[in-house]
Amino acid sequence: MSIKETAQAVMKKAVQIAPDALMPGGAPDPLIRQKHGLIGTPVSRLDGPQKVSGTARFAAEFPMEGMLFATLKYSTIPKGKITNLDIAAAAAAPGVVLVMTHHNAPRMKPAPAFMSSAKAAGGDDLPIMQDAEIHWNGQPVAVVLAETQEQADYAKTLIGVTYETEPAVTAFEVAKADSEPGVFQGEPLLLEIGDADASLAAAPHKVDAVYRTPRHSHNPIELHAATVGWDGDHLLVHDASQCVTHTAWSLAEVFGIAEEQVHVTSLFVGGGFGSKTLWQHQTLAAAASKLAERPVRLMLSREGVYRIVGGRTLTEQRMAIGAQGDGRFDALIQTGVVAMGRHNNMPEPFILPARSAYQAGSFRLDVEAAKMDMVANTFMRAPGESVGTFALESAVDELADNLGMDPIELRIRNEPEKDPTTGAPFSSRHIVEAYRAGAEKFGWAARKAKPGTHREGEWLIGMGCATATYPYYRMPGGAARITLTADGRANVKIAAHEMGMGTSTTQTMVTADRLGLAMECVSVDYGDSHFPGVVLAGGSQQTASIGASVAAAYRKLITELLKLAGKDSPLHGLDADEVIGRDGHLCKSDELERRESYVSLMARIGREELTAEASAPPPLEFTHWSMHSHGAMFCEVRVNAITGETRVSRFLGSFDCGRILNPKTAASQFRGGIIMGLGLALMEETQFDERNGRVMNPSLAEYHVPVHIDVPEIDVIWTDIPDPHAPMGAHGVGEIGITGVGAAVANAVYNAMGRRVRDLPITLDKTLPELGLVP
Amino acid sequence: MSININGSPTNLPSDTRVSLLDLLRDHLNLSGTKKGCNQGACGACTVLVDGERILSCLALAVQYEGRSVTTVEGLSTNGLLHPLQQAFIDHDGFQCGYCTPGQLCSAVGMLREVRRGLPSNVTNDLEGESITLTRDELCERMSGNLCRCGAYNGIVYAITEFAETTK
Ligand code: FES
Ligand code: FES
Repeated sequence: MSIKETAQAVMKKAVQIAPDALMPGGAPDPLIRQKHGLIGTPVSRLDGPQKVSGTARFAAEFPMEGMLFATLKYSTIPKGKITNLDIAAAAAAPGVVLVMTHHNAPRMKPAPAFMSSAKAAGGDDLPIMQDAEIHWNGQPVAVVLAETQEQADYAKTLIGVTYETEPAVTAFEVAKADSEPGVFQGEPLLLEIGDADASLAAAPHKVDAVYRTPRHSHNPIELHAATVGWDGDHLLVHDASQCVTHTAWSLAEVFGIAEEQVHVTSLFVGGGFGSKTLWQHQTLAAAASKLAERPVRLMLSREGVYRIVGGRTLTEQRMAIGAQGDGRFDALIQTGVVAMGRHNNMPEPFILPARSAYQAGSFRLDVEAAKMDMVANTFMRAPGESVGTFALESAVDELADNLGMDPIELRIRNEPEKDPTTGAPFSSRHIVEAYRAGAEKFGWAARKAKPGTHREGEWLIGMGCATATYPYYRMPGGAARITLTADGRANVKIAAHEMGMGTSTTQTMVTADRLGLAMECVSVDYGDSHFPGVVLAGGSQQTASIGASVAAAYRKLITELLKLAGKDSPLHGLDADEVIGRDGHLCKSDELERRESYVSLMARIGREELTAEASAPPPLEFTHWSMHSHGAMFCEVRVNAITGETRVSRFLGSFDCGRILNPKTAASQFRGGIIMGLGLALMEETQFDERNGRVMNPSLAEYHVPVHIDVPEIDVIWTDIPDPHAPMGAHGVGEIGITGVGAAVANAVYNAMGRRVRDLPITLDKTLPELGLVP
Repeated sequence: MSININGSPTNLPSDTRVSLLDLLRDHLNLSGTKKGCNQGACGACTVLVDGERILSCLALAVQYEGRSVTTVEGLSTNGLLHPLQQAFIDHDGFQCGYCTPGQLCSAVGMLREVRRGLPSNVTNDLEGESITLTRDELCERMSGNLCRCGAYNGIVYAITEFAETTK
């Protein structure tokens, strides 16, 4: 262990054994007790009218005076050098203002790679158009700026590039020979408790198999885009971003200017799912704009997104469980290899679910990274959990089948009382309730245990289930500013993001409840790097991060207000923890009649407005407690006995994610995650040409995502039991929905036809042989 | 050479390469119509031309001389939302909202096709006089409009409710 690792381990231990009261969430958020507010009621999106009327402005939709249109040209080799760039014809083409290559690009530093420091946002840390080196197939080699998009796109076709290729590692089997231990969030992806291999060997019942998941692309429907302009040495970027503060800081590093000189806005984002961070296009647009001295709009083509924005990497997982005759797990082994770019650090952490899902006598969990010459892979919805649960939850189903046990009962048999690998107490875990409620509503009892025995006409019908799980996170850096005005209204500013999760609506509800104001009296501004806070829209952490930040700012605001209000206020002598907001008033919390309205308080202190800004406490709670969201996924499939086609006919997700703040938008998040999970199960794959490292299906015509006809009505229910240690008692719900779905579908396919598919996606070629339709 | 966009006559571009989508977004700043692929695969750019839905990314603007184009901005009248727009809000038929303009225009055009009795891939009775808008019919006909946020259930509820109230 290095000194840093030792220090981290000591810190962690200290946080684990510290008294609850010292932890954030040690005293439950007062909002958990409040029953009559907006929280828990279905509220329509506040930005709905803008989105349905076409007035919501996305990144590529900001007009700027004198703006030029940009296009990128991409390398066609995976590794080597540019030996010649012929740009003369392009530069002379009508409307062209600039052709930028490594010869004339301004000198810039690489973008700091994501997670390398607190505000790093780069997908990788490679030089950006600074030299002749090519690092992946699809790397930008030239930018063309022209008066119109048509002129830029045409001119690009006139650029000639010649390369000198160098040997590249583009085959996974070759890369695997040199794989190295995976490190995620500063910790090795390796966990050993007991002698799992020996326990497995000795176990009377076991499953031991290899599961594979392919590369995936996020494919938000909004293409990555940025509209940028310089005012002297100040840079304005209208971005499509899930990390405005990170992007501003990182771009400042790239251009060698101060963080404050970069202003990133991103009010509307057309989906992100992990992809809308800092890739080369924002930097290239800003660099070209600097050279041309005019604003620039750069919207990637769909192919461009595949070329320069990484996706989820492939995984190859050995999954083994050894069990006693009563189903109790003796050994849980999940080890394997993922492909990873050479200049990023994201070893898809597929072992995360297994760390806390089940009690077991021994564990061996390990992720190795095999470095390849490819576009940097990155985070995609539930990185780790989405694909890790496929192997884990398929294996549990296989074991249940071997044991002749119901798969739900097998899971409950191995339900841990505390975190099975850290020993920390669970903050809130009601997965058994979620299973019982889900099974009841789905009609699980009607499932035929013997595969292949339920047939209707040409359709083989099966049911499967699987556990969904995703951690509760809250990242450091959360902060918010609240302003209370004389008319009794409040405004929050925080550098958070709305990509469709419902964050802006939900946080308006929460803030209104916290202050005791009507929803109309509260506004929440977000999506701007000049606002307080470092609030990544990732790890499903925004709900907690914003909640804790606003709570801190609220406390400071009320403290100040009470102090200034002085002796004549009926609230005199009370502190912020002794009052609550209700109906436009501050009230003594156990004596509600003792109160004064915000309007009166503001008049009393003689201010037009009062502002407080504060930071959320350090996020220690999820080290002290084991904090996770859970779910039970139920799926019914119909596999066609003639064509091998799999159709999902019913799906139900039963969730345990703390208190649900806005049932309307939360239900959409759950469904959206499940639908992306159906894609993962049945159709999604980014095809990678192992000969030259090029993505072969860089389009929505060839990368299939679920469409209307693929998606049945999806039932979602939840326990709604608050997590006493989370702000508002709530967990973020953006990622849990995709987890467990792959296994639920695969288990249903097995139940339908007796074929165990361990290699996603479950396409016809994998079901047909079992049906005897092809050899 | 002119084209009518949401009731206003507008000059066509002199550059014949300009797609109808880019005319709207880049040349006229009517950015309600979205670009998700620029190659006919996502439906985000769907607009109505004389009431029929088309993919504006696959259409050259000059081909539409003299025709009437309705975009999402033209669905609402005098700032009042079209009932289908309101139904999308009520049923949470979107998350990020990027596919939404295309879904809306597509649904309006789709319902006209159903009224005209145009069959789809899932229509059983090709000889039939009228089409019943079952869930399958609706989903099949809307399958050219991708929603990566997965708001499909809400979209289906919204269109179904709207179709019922306007029967
Ligand atoms: S932008 Fe026209 S179909 Fe995708
Ligand atoms: S609402 Fe985001 S793509 Fe449909």
